[in-house]
Amino acid sequence: MPITESDIRKIATLAHLEITDEELRTLAPQVASIVAYVEQLNELDTSSVEPATGGLTPEGERTEAVREDRARPSLGQALALEQAPDPAHGHFRVPKVIGGSEVKENL
Amino acid sequence: MTAPDRTIELITSELGGDGTNARAVTARALAAAERLNDTLNAFLQIDRAGAISRAEGLDREAGGEGALRGVPLAVKDNICVRDMQMTCGSRILAGYHPPYDATVVERLRGAGAVLVGKTNCDEFAMGSSNENSAYGAVRNPWDTGRVPGGSSGGSAAAVAARIVPAALGSETGGSVRQPAALCGIVGLKPTYGRVSRYGLVAFGSSLDQVSVFGLTVRDAAIVLGTIAGRDERDATTADVPVPDYAADLGGDVLGARIGVPRDLLGEGVDPEVRARVGEAIEAYRGLGAEVVDVELPHARYSIAVYYIIATAEASSNLARYDGVRYGYRAEDPADLREMYRLTREQGFGAEVKRRIMLGTYVLSSGYYDAYYLKAQQVRTLIKRDFERAFGACDAVLTPTTPTPAFRLGEKTDDPLSMYLSDIYTCMANLAGIPGVSVPCGLSAAGLPVGFQLMGRHWDESTILRLAHAYERAHPLAARPALMAE
Repeated sequence: MPITESDIRKIATLAHLEITDEELRTLAPQVASIVAYVEQLNELDTSSVEPATGGLTPEGERTEAVREDRARPSLGQALALEQAPDPAHGHFRVPKVIGGSEVKENL
Repeated sequence: MTAPDRTIELITSELGGDGTNARAVTARALAAAERLNDTLNAFLQIDRAGAISRAEGLDREAGGEGALRGVPLAVKDNICVRDMQMTCGSRILAGYHPPYDATVVERLRGAGAVLVGKTNCDEFAMGSSNENSAYGAVRNPWDTGRVPGGSSGGSAAAVAARIVPAALGSETGGSVRQPAALCGIVGLKPTYGRVSRYGLVAFGSSLDQVSVFGLTVRDAAIVLGTIAGRDERDATTADVPVPDYAADLGGDVLGARIGVPRDLLGEGVDPEVRARVGEAIEAYRGLGAEVVDVELPHARYSIAVYYIIATAEASSNLARYDGVRYGYRAEDPADLREMYRLTREQGFGAEVKRRIMLGTYVLSSGYYDAYYLKAQQVRTLIKRDFERAFGACDAVLTPTTPTPAFRLGEKTDDPLSMYLSDIYTCMANLAGIPGVSVPCGLSAAGLPVGFQLMGRHWDESTILRLAHAYERAHPLAARPALMAE
């Protein structure tokens, strides 16, 4: 599946990345060559192979991951907001969500 | 004759005797860090005030215990240390100060360590040369025209230059073993789940593991023993007993079986690397180990599998850098979406964007089965290869890297050739097994070469014991051009 510049633009939109025309010209062939490289996996018949998802070790999978349910102090509002770019009234303030520039999401 | 290295063992044995104190040891490390940083760029922050005050505190506490008491250490800049900045080598986290200590940092402090600073790294640990840091490349102390490897290149350079005897790094596909080999030191990646990742910035969550650099195998073993073990704050840590790694060192290797996958030592390997690693294999034979052939038929697919899984996981993990809660935010965006896009465009470097794009692509609708699922299936085959190999041997030995350190700029225009420098290391991350890189001599140009030993899940002890036996018989006598006085 050859990757085109329009594919790259679509992926950039999905990933919330702004891509300049110059970046597009370098990225498209690079991503295409890496994708072509990883497609060597198609040489292998994996139709009867389970995917390696979940824990990587049996011991890890057996470990009880749920801690005792008791209240503990959390980070706290002041500390959580301390490094926010635009804190306001105990919240994270962001620009308006509706309106502004339209993004076409033809996924 | 070279002076003996100031290992953890030497530093802790000197403390208290003839008036040597933690303050003096720390001041020496800080002076070296400051003197060498103009050239090496290994540190993004040197915490002189914090380190001196910590060392003075240790000196006031008479009779304190701790395996790392008074030992100066450095920490990669993607691990949270309270009161120090953490940039992950990225503009998007410039000036960020984590509000808590990572569990590994808490444990190092608990054992008496003095943290001298945060080390430079490839942005979000993505890279094999340290050229992807937003704060400039790190230089290799053996040859400053060459890369130290990556992504934990700053920690590697700091240890190789004898500024600190050990340092923390992190691995996703070889980011500690690869720079350890290129810098002539020991690099250890523990079993997946051995060490807590609470406070380690996430990259590829099924691969990431906090890892250790040491001047010697013993240094790495001592640090691993301090940081290893179950942590309630990281659900991926396993409830498996932690042996005393340092105490387990020593003894002979008679009868130990070392597996060599000959198929992987053919094309693509620098002839000098092949020669040094061949000598290391012969050295093991000389020490009484048995060398057996093993096959890892799917290992050659590991880079392809790795770059699907790691980028897919990274694209998801890095979604959190959006300019909302912390870090950089682009100025004057028209709306929320534009703020996300501009923040990420301006905050991330080229390699991070490339990997987010790749990861988003392989996970996108219609491609998931073809790439991500397929990669996870081949990952199963790679894991099975190792299970079979460990039926016939106690450790698998390969070169750590296909070549010695390359020149700055040599691979920056060709991402794929850069990725291939992790060809021997990333298979251990995919299988979740431990691996250790050990120096085994120099190339004709005077650059370090390393081999690695990979072991069974949870069996760091065996590979450390084997590594230590080699190191004791064949210590690397040469020293880098740039190092602490």
